[in-house]
Amino acid sequence: MSSPVAAGHPPAAPSSPSAPPFPPALHERPEDEQLLAAKLVPLRRPGQWASALVLVVLLAMLVHTLLTNRRFQWDVVGSYFLNGSIVDGLKLTLWLTAAVMASGYLLAVGVAAMRLSGNPVLRSLSFGFVWLVRSVPPLVQLLFWYELASLYPQLSLGIPFGHEFVTVRTAHLFSGILAAFVGLTLDVAAFASEIVRGGILSVEHGQTEAAEALGLGKVRIFRRIVLPQAMPAIVPASGNLLIGMLKATSIVSVIAVQDLLYSSQLIYNQNYLIIPLLLVATLWYIILTTLLSIGQFFVERHYARGSNRGGGSARTGFWQLFRGNVPLGLS
Amino acid sequence: MSERSLPAPTLPVADRPPVGVGAGATAPAPLSRQRVIPLRHPGRWIATAVVLVLVAQLAHGLVTNPFYQWDRFQYWFARPAILQGLVVTLEVTALSAVLGLAGGILLALARQSKNPILRAVSWTYIWLFRSVPLIVVLLILYNFSALYKTLSLGVPFGPGFVHFNESALATDLVVATVGLSLNEAAYAAEVVRAGILSVDQGQHEAAAALGLPKGYQFRRIVLPQALRAIVPAYVNQLIGLIKGTSLVFYVSLLDLFGEVQNMGSTYPTDVVPLLLVATGWYVVLTSVVSVVQFYVERHYARGALRTLPSTPLQKLRAGVRGLRERADRTHLGTVKA
Amino acid sequence: MSEQIHDESTRPLVRIRGLRKSFGANLVLDGVDLDVHEGEVTVLLGPSGSGKSTLLRSINHLEKPDAGFVEVGGEIIGFRHQGGSLHELGHRAITRQRARVGMVFQQFNLFPHLTVLENLTEAPVAVRGLSRKSAALQAKALLERVGLGGREDAYPRQLSGGQQQRVAIARALAVEPQLLLFDEPTSALDPELVGEVLAVMKDLALSGMTMIVVTHEIGFAREVADSVVFLDGGRVIESGPPADVLANPGHERARSFLSAVL
Repeated sequence: MSSPVAAGHPPAAPSSPSAPPFPPALHERPEDEQLLAAKLVPLRRPGQWASALVLVVLLAMLVHTLLTNRRFQWDVVGSYFLNGSIVDGLKLTLWLTAAVMASGYLLAVGVAAMRLSGNPVLRSLSFGFVWLVRSVPPLVQLLFWYELASLYPQLSLGIPFGHEFVTVRTAHLFSGILAAFVGLTLDVAAFASEIVRGGILSVEHGQTEAAEALGLGKVRIFRRIVLPQAMPAIVPASGNLLIGMLKATSIVSVIAVQDLLYSSQLIYNQNYLIIPLLLVATLWYIILTTLLSIGQFFVERHYARGSNRGGGSARTGFWQLFRGNVPLGLS
Repeated sequence: MSERSLPAPTLPVADRPPVGVGAGATAPAPLSRQRVIPLRHPGRWIATAVVLVLVAQLAHGLVTNPFYQWDRFQYWFARPAILQGLVVTLEVTALSAVLGLAGGILLALARQSKNPILRAVSWTYIWLFRSVPLIVVLLILYNFSALYKTLSLGVPFGPGFVHFNESALATDLVVATVGLSLNEAAYAAEVVRAGILSVDQGQHEAAAALGLPKGYQFRRIVLPQALRAIVPAYVNQLIGLIKGTSLVFYVSLLDLFGEVQNMGSTYPTDVVPLLLVATGWYVVLTSVVSVVQFYVERHYARGALRTLPSTPLQKLRAGVRGLRERADRTHLGTVKA
Repeated sequence: MSEQIHDESTRPLVRIRGLRKSFGANLVLDGVDLDVHEGEVTVLLGPSGSGKSTLLRSINHLEKPDAGFVEVGGEIIGFRHQGGSLHELGHRAITRQRARVGMVFQQFNLFPHLTVLENLTEAPVAVRGLSRKSAALQAKALLERVGLGGREDAYPRQLSGGQQQRVAIARALAVEPQLLLFDEPTSALDPELVGEVLAVMKDLALSGMTMIVVTHEIGFAREVADSVVFLDGGRVIESGPPADVLANPGHERARSFLSAVL
């Protein structure tokens, strides 16, 4: 097939006498020159920008009303932001969250072990526990433990239906904060046990088999082989649980435990500046959860290193971050 | 080589009775016919025993302790006031679930949009409502409605066009529903977005290659497949909503929990049985939803799995069958070679 | 393999000129020129990373070029030539263009939640405005043609890989395209299923469909292709009838690739 060589195309040059010519130049149409020289102009989307404009206007209205409305009293918000009792409440919130997560996870490992055990009795008991705690609102559980003091004036340990060895007066035990601690720990334990169980199940069975074939003992296998490999599944989901628990501690305000929310409530019960003080609490919660989320993002990225999704590391982190929705009942 | 019937099998050497043993002595049973005794786990049974003791003590205390007042529990369980609260719980949950999902879909679409402003607004909303505890949101809305007498719509920084009298609008139910829906929308958005993203990229390409228009592509190809991930996850959210409604008591709406608290303040001796009544009802509600969730997940798994997980009924039947088979086998004795 | 004399006046169905595409820092297509005439079967060969798939996907605008243009049936794909610039077309216009070019994917990409029949009738109903009845009739005829008559009510997951790919071919044919693109259609299949798909493709070729195929099946290229194009490093280094290219490749890279594959 012979074709006229258009201007601008180099003539075919054989590399050696015996080699066939370079692919013959294709027929050039006169308008091809123009097309090849033309600039590529991306699509404009007027409709979308119109709707965006409307949105911006609405937002401007919202922001305007937020900033100028007398009821918000941003000056008051500013003055109370670092108030002593607010900061004390903040510290209690943080402390309670940390303590509850620690003890909850300790309990959760035990519950998860029970759930995975071969013993049907242990399995059903742990299943029942998780099911019960996950079905009842944390608020109801919290009040229940709070009322427990009236229910059990004393706790005793001993032979069932028989002689008691040790007795303790619960009125001294179950004050508001301890009720909060117990109630929330059980809540964490129930949800965390599912996370831990899921993580352990995610480890391929072949790993355990190989370890057993090597003659390693059960506890060692769990500690050195299974648990480390379960972490990439456990840690990201736990991040959501942590953030959820930070927010859930706000319910302890109903049993007069002086967390962040209750501290602000105490103040506004006196000076009646309700909205500004609620905004103080709101701002602090936003700051705390955002900091935790950022931390979670980095932790997730560390654990997601092995898998690549082509979308880039940033997208991977946020994608997994938002995927685990743990319904604690108080979001 | 023609196939003839094989000679009668002889026992392997190790299994044959030892030579020289007289008719009087009984030969040890051949290895292949001996019963296999499974390993016993003493440690496990001790642990079980300990747990059972603790549970028995707990249960004993539960049943016999006069403070639980199980008679009062029975009295309150189906009282009209409690049932009224239950209805409110269901109402608020249903409304918030629907509104929350609608909001969530809008937010998810905005997050995926090519328009950067829509994306930013949606992301900010989700960030805000996932950062603030639900109780704080409800408290703000509640006190807000008490303070804001009129809502006005108009040109920013200019005069308002329309004024609504707020106090007529903001009944407690509205405040509660609005608060829960706003909160739920942020979580629903993530569920919806995850569902849409879970649809394989190849599906989009195939639909595009066929020349299907975008709206049609979304409606007929992407959405049905996305729902497979969205619906089971959203039913899970429902359980969270049911529990979340317990907070509306603090905005003066009497749901199940609210009624329980209310009655508890009127009858202070009945506080604990009332809490147990609330516990009981919540367990019932969430269990019903969990059962529904199981069947919903199963329905949507039809496209993906070859064999579906067995329903509780099927598991029960299989379990009974298994037991019966095992009983038959031991009754018949060892299996013949 | 047919001898075709290309008259200067017959415009090729597909004309690609100066196509350039980068993914980030990676230059995948480095100025590709290609002509495909109507009724021709063109096979694109080359090592992985040579840009074969990207070239194919640029033809139906699944990939947007950085420079150069693709013309199918006299129409520039994805752009509108106006006033010395190429303005990107809106989604609806691109969709209309795509309806004329069919594509068969390596991973089949059948719609799992729809039956085979529904997979085949979706596009004709939505894009060409056929009634469901006539679309169904057409679908059944297509299924017979690919050897799957009677399987209309099956779901994709109930079919073998080879069967699914044949359904995918039928689905692409249902919109009556001018041109069919095949992106490694048999690479994801078990070896014993490859033959049935290649048989369908050969039958299509004999019926006069214009096809551009990216594949590693050299036997198919030798037997069915009218033209074999060799790509390496984003450029066309060899092109011509299969007898020439496959037997005596001129270019060094083509030679080493073929000796490794054959």
